Amino acid sequence: MLHYILKRLGSMAVTLLVIITLTFFLMHSIPGSPFNEERATSEAVQKNLESFYHLDEPLYVQYFIYLKSVATFDFGPSIKKSSQTVNEMLGRGFPVSFELGMITLIVAIFSGILLGIIAALRHNGLIDYLAMTVAVVGISVPNFVMATLLIQQLAVTWGILPVATWTSPKHMILPTLALATGPMAIIARLTRSSMLEVMTQDYIRTAKAKGLSPVKIVFKHALKNALLPVVTILGSLAASILTGTFVIEKIFAIPGMGKYFVESINQRDYPVIMGTTIFYSTVLIMMLFLVDLAYGILDPRIKLHKKEGK
Amino acid sequence: MALRKHQEPPEVPSIPDDWFVPIEKSDSEAEAVVRPSLSYWQDAWRRLLKNKLAMMGLFFLSVLTFMAIFGPIISPHTVDHQDLVNQNLPPSSEHWFGTDELGRDVFTRTWYGARISLFVGIAAALIDFLIGVIYGGIAGYKGGRTDHFMMRIIEVLYGLPYLLVVILISVVMGPSLATIIFALTITGWIGMARIVRGQVLQIKNYEYVLASKTFGTKTARIIRKNLLPNTMGPIIVQITLSVPSAIFAEAFLSFLGLGIQAPLASWGSMASDALPVILSGDWWRLFFPAFFISMTMFSFNVLGDGLQDALDPKLRR
Repeated sequence: MLHYILKRLGSMAVTLLVIITLTFFLMHSIPGSPFNEERATSEAVQKNLESFYHLDEPLYVQYFIYLKSVATFDFGPSIKKSSQTVNEMLGRGFPVSFELGMITLIVAIFSGILLGIIAALRHNGLIDYLAMTVAVVGISVPNFVMATLLIQQLAVTWGILPVATWTSPKHMILPTLALATGPMAIIARLTRSSMLEVMTQDYIRTAKAKGLSPVKIVFKHALKNALLPVVTILGSLAASILTGTFVIEKIFAIPGMGKYFVESINQRDYPVIMGTTIFYSTVLIMMLFLVDLAYGILDPRIKLHKKEGK
Repeated sequence: MALRKHQEPPEVPSIPDDWFVPIEKSDSEAEAVVRPSLSYWQDAWRRLLKNKLAMMGLFFLSVLTFMAIFGPIISPHTVDHQDLVNQNLPPSSEHWFGTDELGRDVFTRTWYGARISLFVGIAAALIDFLIGVIYGGIAGYKGGRTDHFMMRIIEVLYGLPYLLVVILISVVMGPSLATIIFALTITGWIGMARIVRGQVLQIKNYEYVLASKTFGTKTARIIRKNLLPNTMGPIIVQITLSVPSAIFAEAFLSFLGLGIQAPLASWGSMASDALPVILSGDWWRLFFPAFFISMTMFSFNVLGDGLQDALDPKLRR
């Protein structure tokens, strides 16, 4: 186990280094400096600015300076919003995005699993078809379309929920719904198919023969094994929810990290783009790692350190 | 036990010799095949035909492809013709899907968007297929150290957040069709490579591969002729499922303003342009691109599921 963790940490470090390097050189391969536009600056000011951002050093020196600052979790100042640092923006935006992401994840997991169980128990019945139709629609409709439809129906036409922003629980309903539909659908489909498989196992028949109540059979015996495949995709689901927040935060004007990120892309604010990308990548890589660990702990049949050659 | 009585064997009734008749055995009839034999592909196709949902998807995709080719030709309007007198018109006999804020015809733009979405989806899937098959094939076939090393690289790349990389590359290279496809394929081939590798690892130990090797067949030919045809099932499923994810990514990028730029149209950019006006009730601006994105994703997904069932009957539930 320890061997596996160390190995994974090593490969995570390499992945991060690849991301940082890729981000850095991609950003610096763009012609032109961030300062040679708009207002005319005097030669001296230009020089000062460049030396402040280390732009006068050779590229490889800049790279190592950047590596060093990233290693100390300092992503430097924003170029376009001169009074702010990337860290401040992350500090302000991330808690909001985190809240949105976590609520979405929880909603998606619970409703998805519930939908999947119901569909599996009523296999080939009306409820099953209904649930799976909902799931296929959920997978097919992109979240930005879902968001607009929800706004139009619930907020504009019926006027029961606020259109945008992130100030009260009531404001959180629409963005969460829009973001959660896709992951919920994926979880529901996965839960359904693995529930169907588990329900044919011998130990479930034994439980039935003992006369256990259906509720107990499902929640105490079947679900534990049926949920293993769901655990494996949590990492990639978290990734899709995270990228989903870019769009959702843009549509609902939520002051989260995603909104800053999209803005920084449109304004070509390179330190912010780089800082956010690296920050997000770290979060995602950690998620993938934790999911794999959780999987190994949940399912003792899986030997983490012997994954090769199946 | 010891007390068990000795039993006399039951008396065998005598059978007259003439009861025994030799069976007339004709070689030709015994070997005759009653039903026409189906190849693996015919069998899979037969199973796919029975899957109503998958057939629906296939039908929609055929219609979509047809309209993507001929839609802009049928329409009397061009994709970027601005008609400022006729802004934001609802669907009518003149403009079948209405017009946008510059008076451009939404019908023409929708089918134009279909061209771009389908092109991006299929191009990305094919490039993923090529790289994935070569990479996965080599890793799986060589095995040992080569495999170990190649899988380490994949492990590192796998950790890269897909859409973030795509966004980053689009920012740097500037928005264009080529950029989108390039960005999508940079990490997109990994799934394919993993599948091909797993399959090849399994199949390469079969006797017929050994036989082929014994005859001195070259590695490239073994991979091409012996291994790949037998991994085609999972590969086709993977292609079908990677097309919608590429289409979705294109829509996502265009929605963020990083994809297709005006005056060209893609479903994502049309949906993005429609956002400000949706509140004023101009539903057709969002409805048509959104409907066709969703239907395309739906069709590819059900077709992929159907193919999976048809090509791998063991997995059927």
